[in-house]
Amino acid sequence: MCALCGVLGGAGHWTDAAARPGVFSRNTDPVQRRRERYDRVTAASRVLRHYGLTLSDWQSSSYVLSTATGKTELVDNLGHLWAAAEKLLGRPCDPLDPALIRRLEADGD
Amino acid sequence: MVTDVAAITPVNLITGFLGSGKTTLLQRLLGDPALGDTAVLINEFGEVGLDHHLLERIDDTMVLLQSGCLCCTIRGELSEAIKALHSRRARGLVPNFRRLLIESTGLADPFPILSTVQTDPVLKHHFRLGNVIATVDAVNGAGQLARQPECIKQVAVADRLVLTKTDLAAAETTEALVARLRRLNPSAPLWRAAEDRLDAQALLAHDLFALGGKSAIARRWFADEVAGQSHVHDRNRHGDGIHAFALVFDGPVDWTLFGLWLTMLLHRHGTAMLRVKGILNVEGSPTPVAVHGVQHLVHPPVHMAAWPDGDRRSRLVFVVDGLDRAAIERSLTVFLSLGARTPTSAVA
Repeated sequence: MCALCGVLGGAGHWTDAAARPGVFSRNTDPVQRRRERYDRVTAASRVLRHYGLTLSDWQSSSYVLSTATGKTELVDNLGHLWAAAEKLLGRPCDPLDPALIRRLEADGD
Repeated sequence: MVTDVAAITPVNLITGFLGSGKTTLLQRLLGDPALGDTAVLINEFGEVGLDHHLLERIDDTMVLLQSGCLCCTIRGELSEAIKALHSRRARGLVPNFRRLLIESTGLADPFPILSTVQTDPVLKHHFRLGNVIATVDAVNGAGQLARQPECIKQVAVADRLVLTKTDLAAAETTEALVARLRRLNPSAPLWRAAEDRLDAQALLAHDLFALGGKSAIARRWFADEVAGQSHVHDRNRHGDGIHAFALVFDGPVDWTLFGLWLTMLLHRHGTAMLRVKGILNVEGSPTPVAVHGVQHLVHPPVHMAAWPDGDRRSRLVFVVDGLDRAAIERSLTVFLSLGARTPTSAVA
């Protein structure tokens, strides 16, 4: 935990699996880890913008999830992201929601 | 902190409904010299524990948790009991066991037990999940599956199924039950305890993590399981809420997008996602990545040493309770196309 801000680190989500023999991980070196975090923020933002939310990296240790009105939540990893998004929105974030899928499909066209 | 996978102790769970033969199976497995260095943790729901006496092996690596059911009242005790075993092993007070077997009560939902092992901040550095083995009683299994939701979940999350008492059940009863089990869990290899030789290695050691090594055997069984899974959609034209289906994707998959999608899906629908399992052709990786999840829990992804066969497509199998296959397929397809518009068309 960071002594200044109280952010819990290294929660061990499977998308951030520690690099060790036999485990697929992009945590192998600092450059790859930063690139993965950047890609993750970019990809998640494409989904989150349909909910009016934005995501940014915070010191390569956490992410900041924000609403258009400035409410924010710090999240450790993807496992916490969706719970935080639902808390800010007050409604579920469902990847099977036909409305979301239609909007994402329209984005790609 | 332990970083070498080989130094991490696998934990196997033996689950199965009341009277389905868990202790008998455990007794048979422990008789195998290959499992001589196995610690055992037994959970009984009752005032007087009996199962450990039936095993005829009382030693310091046998632990009895007796004051409730593992999945609800004594999860903390499970965690503490495993930590105590680990501590005693580290101090040389008990033999150096290399595997831990947990026998749960027949009433237990297996998920909380798996979750405890994988997410406990201390345990996860020293132990990992191995195969879940579910016993099903050939005589009473159909009735238990019809009446007990825990029983269905035990079967659905299992990596290995052992059908017990097949010598006592009519052949047609057994076959009907096998068909039902196949609908709930098409991929798990199934043994008939009365007729088949129970191979401790196949039941316990050939698990997901073996795929990261060089074992050709492990790759072959995984290929067989996945090959079986890709046909499961033909077997599920039934009214069951729980059903299985496979999705096959051409072309490499963007790992970041896949992780984003699966995390979002499991957050919202993890309770209904009894299993997700498969191999992915990950962009930039010459060998495949095996993923395996049970409800909200996903194992660390395994970087396989080689492709199991000549097929380079990504293959994913889902066992779901009430979720719609078409919706999952459409959602995954659109998520995977968010990045560089990877040409991944579902063809299953």
